[in-house]
Amino acid sequence: MNPALSIIIFTTLAGAAQGLAVVLALSQLLGTGLDHSFVSRSLWLAVMLSIASLVASFFHLGQPMRAWRAAMMWRTSWMSREVIVLPLFIVIVGTWASMLSFSARPAEITALLPLAVIAVSVLLWYCTAMIYACIRFIQEWAHPLTIVNYTLIGLASGLVLAGGLGVASGQPRFVAPLGAWAVAITTLAWLTRTLTLRRNAKLKPKSTLQSATGIEAPDIVQKSMGMTGGAFNTREFFHRASVAAFRRMRVVFQVFAFAVPLALVACAVISGWSAAWLLAVPIQLAGVLAERWFFFAQARHPQNLYYQVVS
Amino acid sequence: MSIAATSETLARQLALVIDLNVCVGCHACVTSCKEWNTAGAAGPLADLNAYEAEPSGTFFNRVQTYEAGTFPATQTIHFPKSCLHCEDPPCVPVCPTGASYKRAEDGIVLVDYDKCIGCSYCSWACPYGARELDAERKVMTKCTLCVDRIYDELLPPQDRKPACVKACPTGARLFGDIKDANSEVSKAIRERGGYQLMPEWETQPANHYLPREVVSVSGRKMGMTANTGQRQLHADDANSPEPVVQA
Repeated sequence: MNPALSIIIFTTLAGAAQGLAVVLALSQLLGTGLDHSFVSRSLWLAVMLSIASLVASFFHLGQPMRAWRAAMMWRTSWMSREVIVLPLFIVIVGTWASMLSFSARPAEITALLPLAVIAVSVLLWYCTAMIYACIRFIQEWAHPLTIVNYTLIGLASGLVLAGGLGVASGQPRFVAPLGAWAVAITTLAWLTRTLTLRRNAKLKPKSTLQSATGIEAPDIVQKSMGMTGGAFNTREFFHRASVAAFRRMRVVFQVFAFAVPLALVACAVISGWSAAWLLAVPIQLAGVLAERWFFFAQARHPQNLYYQVVS
Repeated sequence: MSIAATSETLARQLALVIDLNVCVGCHACVTSCKEWNTAGAAGPLADLNAYEAEPSGTFFNRVQTYEAGTFPATQTIHFPKSCLHCEDPPCVPVCPTGASYKRAEDGIVLVDYDKCIGCSYCSWACPYGARELDAERKVMTKCTLCVDRIYDELLPPQDRKPACVKACPTGARLFGDIKDANSEVSKAIRERGGYQLMPEWETQPANHYLPREVVSVSGRKMGMTANTGQRQLHADDANSPEPVVQA
């Protein structure tokens, strides 16, 4: 597939916003005596990140003015479900943030809101991942690992972001327990993403030129795709990066999304050099953007069988 | 547009059956399709840089060319490809707006251009690459089986067929209801080994293709060679008055 920048930004920012909201909700539920103004500021950041992601997603539409229609087919379409759950996420996180910001007694907020934030975040990860995992003939995506990766990478980036925010706002008590969690979840995300890479490397495409055309000869060569100048089919489904660039990206995203953030967070935990958290945030963000690019670029669409030769 | 239309078997399913024996790759179906559909009520189909080095436009139908076998036993196969109007179309349930739908009355898969938001998700969910996002209209477009033509009672009955079918000079394109066992298309599928593309994904395409065969005029046909994928008559057809036609 040809990775679309709008979707890369959308899934990266939304994933981090969900992760951040889940971390704040869990911290609240575990009763670590959080500073309410810090929590509300962080929640507002999650709201802004998810609104930014929503704006980015509009750039993927040919007719953005009709975007409201995308909520119609929630019975069958995972994309429609995502279109409903994302605003729901924004509303629930925004409600919690508003109550912390404007309520006279913020301490009395029930556990209901953090629980709702966790539920809606998990639901949103599931919807987003299922958009890809439900397409059975894009074999790189059609696997439960897609859901695991979207969730774990979102959670990992949320943990690192939460740590960075805590350090920036001088909240050592909030940051202290995050170190171990960030290391654990980032390691787990790296592991499951590696499992996907291994699975994809071994995948055998179910469709062949024989099954695509019904011509039973063992050797078939396409001589013409029926056009000379390209079409939607040649633009939408090919990443057009060189083999070398593609391979480099596989290393780059693992280094920036997993290895470097892990090292920095571990460094912060062990040596107490808390500025490492701040460094890890932008590095991991860049890494997750690269990871999303690779996620799309690695998917081989069977329609490409029909578009192999220009002439 | 109902969900039922996609999950239940329809009583009627219009489709094209494409005879790979007689397609000569002239692209008349491509140009007639473009001509008819660019003049439709939905507005023209994009034609970007039509006279430049990199022309790019929206087409509902393409004729591709493949070569099978090893020289000298090779076959050149011209292969028209358009939306296959699957009986279980994977592009329909994924559409977030309901713009993509399968008609219950005749099984045609259509896009409501006024509801489409141009997200391209349906094109991802089509293994055949049958859909094209129009670069100017910014909505998804695809073969309509000339739905604005086949039911037009202002046209003479013999013209109520898709433009591509009418244009084909060799009669390589048959059109009809594959659920009617006595229709021309059903007979062709039954008697000449009509097959579907990418059966592994169980989309049940309505459009079928008739495999290439090397036939004597007496009509006997047997076997299929592994090298070229063509069906071949056995050499013992001595009683046949006509010569065996070699491709």
